[in-house]
Amino acid sequence: MDPGAKAAAAAVTVDDVRHVAMLARLGVSDERARALTRDLNAILEHMAVLARVDTTGIDETAAKADGGMRLRDESAPCVQLASKPEAFAPEMRHGFFIVPRLSSHEDVSA
Amino acid sequence: MSPGHEYEMVVGLEVHVQLKTETKAFCGCRTSFGDPPNTNVCPVCLGLPGALPVLNTHAVDLAVRAALALGCDVQEVSIFARKNYFYPDLPKGYQISQYDRPLATSGKLEIVTRDATPDARRPPKHEARSTVRITRVHMEEDAGKSLHDRFPGVTAIDLNRAGVPLIEIVSEPDMRSAAEAGAYLRTLKQILEYMAVSDVSMEEGSLRVDANVSARRRGEERLGQKTEVKNMNSFSGVERALEVEFARQCAVLDAGGVVEQQTMLWDASTGQVRPARAKEASHDYRYFPDPDLPPLRLDRAHIKESLAQLPELPRARRERVQRVYQLGDYEVDVLTASPALADYFEGVARQHGDAKAAANWVMGEVLAALNATGQTIAHFSVRPRDLADLLNLVRDGTVTHTAGKQIFGVMVKTGDPPADIAKREGLLKVSDDAALRRWLDEALADNPREAERYAAGEKKLQGVLIGAAMKKSKGSADPRRLAQLLAERFGT
Amino acid sequence: MSAEDRTATAAAIAESVRNGKRLAQDVTTAALARARHVDEKEKLNVFLQRADKQAAEFAGRLGAPLERSAHHPLLGVPFAAKDNIAVTGLQVSCGSRILDGYVSPYTATVIDRLRDAGAVLIGKTNLDEFAMGSSTEFSAFGPTRNPIAPDRVPGGSSGGSAAAVAAGVVPIALGSETGGSVRQPAAFCGIVGVKPTYGRVSRHGLVAFGSSLDQIGVFATTVTDAAMTLRAIAGRDDLDATSADVPVPDYMMAEASSLEGIVVGRPAEYFPAELDARIAALCDRAFDRMRSLGAEVRDVTLPHTAMAIPVYYVVAPAEASSNLARFDGVRYGLRVAGDGLRGMYEATRSRGFGPEVTRRILLGTYVLSAGYYDAYYRKAMQVRTLIAGDFRRVFDSGVHVLFTPTTPTPAFPFGSRSDPYEMYLSDIFTCTANLAGIPAMSQPIGRVDGLPAGGQLMAAHFDEARMFSVASALERGLGAEAHA
Repeated sequence: MDPGAKAAAAAVTVDDVRHVAMLARLGVSDERARALTRDLNAILEHMAVLARVDTTGIDETAAKADGGMRLRDESAPCVQLASKPEAFAPEMRHGFFIVPRLSSHEDVSA
Repeated sequence: MSPGHEYEMVVGLEVHVQLKTETKAFCGCRTSFGDPPNTNVCPVCLGLPGALPVLNTHAVDLAVRAALALGCDVQEVSIFARKNYFYPDLPKGYQISQYDRPLATSGKLEIVTRDATPDARRPPKHEARSTVRITRVHMEEDAGKSLHDRFPGVTAIDLNRAGVPLIEIVSEPDMRSAAEAGAYLRTLKQILEYMAVSDVSMEEGSLRVDANVSARRRGEERLGQKTEVKNMNSFSGVERALEVEFARQCAVLDAGGVVEQQTMLWDASTGQVRPARAKEASHDYRYFPDPDLPPLRLDRAHIKESLAQLPELPRARRERVQRVYQLGDYEVDVLTASPALADYFEGVARQHGDAKAAANWVMGEVLAALNATGQTIAHFSVRPRDLADLLNLVRDGTVTHTAGKQIFGVMVKTGDPPADIAKREGLLKVSDDAALRRWLDEALADNPREAERYAAGEKKLQGVLIGAAMKKSKGSADPRRLAQLLAERFGT
Repeated sequence: MSAEDRTATAAAIAESVRNGKRLAQDVTTAALARARHVDEKEKLNVFLQRADKQAAEFAGRLGAPLERSAHHPLLGVPFAAKDNIAVTGLQVSCGSRILDGYVSPYTATVIDRLRDAGAVLIGKTNLDEFAMGSSTEFSAFGPTRNPIAPDRVPGGSSGGSAAAVAAGVVPIALGSETGGSVRQPAAFCGIVGVKPTYGRVSRHGLVAFGSSLDQIGVFATTVTDAAMTLRAIAGRDDLDATSADVPVPDYMMAEASSLEGIVVGRPAEYFPAELDARIAALCDRAFDRMRSLGAEVRDVTLPHTAMAIPVYYVVAPAEASSNLARFDGVRYGLRVAGDGLRGMYEATRSRGFGPEVTRRILLGTYVLSAGYYDAYYRKAMQVRTLIAGDFRRVFDSGVHVLFTPTTPTPAFPFGSRSDPYEMYLSDIFTCTANLAGIPAMSQPIGRVDGLPAGGQLMAAHFDEARMFSVASALERGLGAEAHA
């Protein structure tokens, strides 16, 4: 079975929306999560047509620039900051950006 | 510690290595360490709105060099991807890394595992050779630093390191003991040092190791459930952590339990591992090709040329040093342990001419001095030219061997040329019979009993008496002439 | 601007400043006054920030005689920039609360290049939040009104820049495109809007939405002004790895009155039966004009066109979900305290992003998440390759440009598109060019009930010169009919 058809057939659940909101660090209320679930399902319904397109052997990177990437010289200068981070940072102390302490600082999923 | 012989340890390693570039992977900020926080930063590595990454050519060159040295196939097309997760020291909310199209694949590393902790001055008793396959080498950018104890109650973020180029070297689970893992890491470090792609210092964080370890019953094909062990800050720490984690897994299995997939953190101070609190299941990095970076294309010819221009690999150097200087296996191993030491030895040997003497001095006096003073060979106060001069003075008899060692001691402290020291300290060899006789008289006077016994025919006391006279001369007396004068004195 | 300036082209202003008839300071002062007027008196809500001080200082420096040279093709010409383009010392709000108080510490390449050409930035214009929208109604700072019909939207997301030109504040302005955000508002406001080839113009300093689709574009009242402006900003930039190392021709040389030997393709998929008959009629008139100028009009097909909106609304949100992760309250912009670090992230981002941005971040996160990547993102990127292939085939077959309506309808009233997908369909004729990376532009081709309608030209990669030459011929061919 075409994996596209499989996923497209599955409707987004409120739990999916909560999971995705967690990944995106967006706090959403239950009410909002329900509304967003409806929105996402309505939008994704239109994406179902993609599953019906035969893309066997089609390169998904071909849409990007051909010829490869131009590189930077090791000594090429940096874009200079017109103001120090202190000018735009919400909170700094002794040159450090300050954020609330992580509940567990090994917790890489923060 | 040897937890039951019925289990076998299976280890695969992921090694992150900081590349030795002047500027960062995707911007022109300096990579230097120790600068005030958030001073080597720009719109790109701060992740400011609208800033775009542009890849550093030199980082690619170093990564390719490392991959070729590890016998990898460097890919003509590789792709940078975004690894998406939130962390305050990850400015863009994603790390630029390589995912399903890495820079290089299918390498291998030949390792020699020795039974005891390596000691530079003593040959090992037993060694075993094996091959570890390297799955892939890919490029990525480093994150910044989170300091959790800089200020109470908050985390402090320094982004100077954010964007420093790294390579990640991933091995297959081909190692079967902590000693093998240690041998793999030491060999890898040596190769990367020879390639001059990194400072490869675990202590300074330019080389970081994560280990995947599992236990399985001997004779079984299937791999056991692995855990990932992190937070080691030395090679011996990796070895100890593997032993401890393996023992823990064996104990779980012996008790009929199941090893859980998790990340374990090594605590060097307690010698324990403990589970990290992060829940692995919640990781979903949503990798996708970075649309800001077109595919990296390296043409065949360029890759071939890089291979041709690869610096001398450790094995080639060992073979060459052995051939040119006619030294034994063990001496060659010690002298080529690092490219800097090998350069040093070759510098001394070439300028002095007698490779055997150069090898003895470097392996003996030089390594001892480095140990004692904490200097590195690259910045050692005694330059190869000066050591060669000293060896010349000893060989042509201008100074005695004993005085030579004394002069070397002064050279380590002052860095002065040996001839100057010899003159200043009165250590030029004295062959003038009058002076020699005076020292001999003093030595005999100080050791009347030995002198008497020597006179009575106890010839083996010659050494004691000559030694005493040498001491009187502060090492400058010509010991051969002294012996003649002693013999003359007692008519023997 | 004085009343006469309101219709003056960039070319005319630069000429009068260059030959000393006018002072750059005076032109700038007039433009700033007009900017104040349209927002304070006409309540169009065009500018999010006016750059009075910077503009006056810059214009003052242009007074020096040395500055007056051919190297300054836009000498003294005032321009506006969409507020998602970074300029040192000015805000870059992206129409969002999340960048509250943020002032950019660096300047986008396009701004530097326009200034090098002698143009004077007078302000930053309104947009749908993070350029996500087709009406400017999703700006956190209120919608912009269409200067031609103030009860209607100006289009979007670059609605503020389109309105600034249409209202006669500036002769040229910069916008950005991801799926039609320059061409669609240009069509709605009755002006020229150009989306260059992907890679033609540096994105350095453009706040990213969908990086593989984003491209800075140009608004103007004439094809010549648009071409001059594009020439000033185009070309390789070492600060953008996707910018192309392709020489920039002198587009002005491409001006032509005849279309002899030119093949104009008419893609069937852009003229569906349900297309507004009045817009279809205006397109037919444009085809007639092109024929009468010597062009051959040829029917062509682009079979994957129907896939464009689904592909676009997978790819753009996916890239956006990643691009917008940097707005986390750590280094700049809004920070809202919450329970610990996690709480701070969630409070900041929930408070900072509006509903449409939230929707697209969630959609994009979903299509990239474990288990769905292949079905959505990979699949969409593959279909995107097919869409690009459609265009390549047509251009390889000897067709020089394609001509289509820019939008299926003229400007719509505020609040009339409440269903998200219905709003997404506004991009139906425009997002294909972004997906294929080809250049495209919209120009006025007449009016429907007094509302402007736009005709779209699309060309092969880096063939802007041909596109401009056809556009300028059509502009001349239509004459006053373009606005009637």
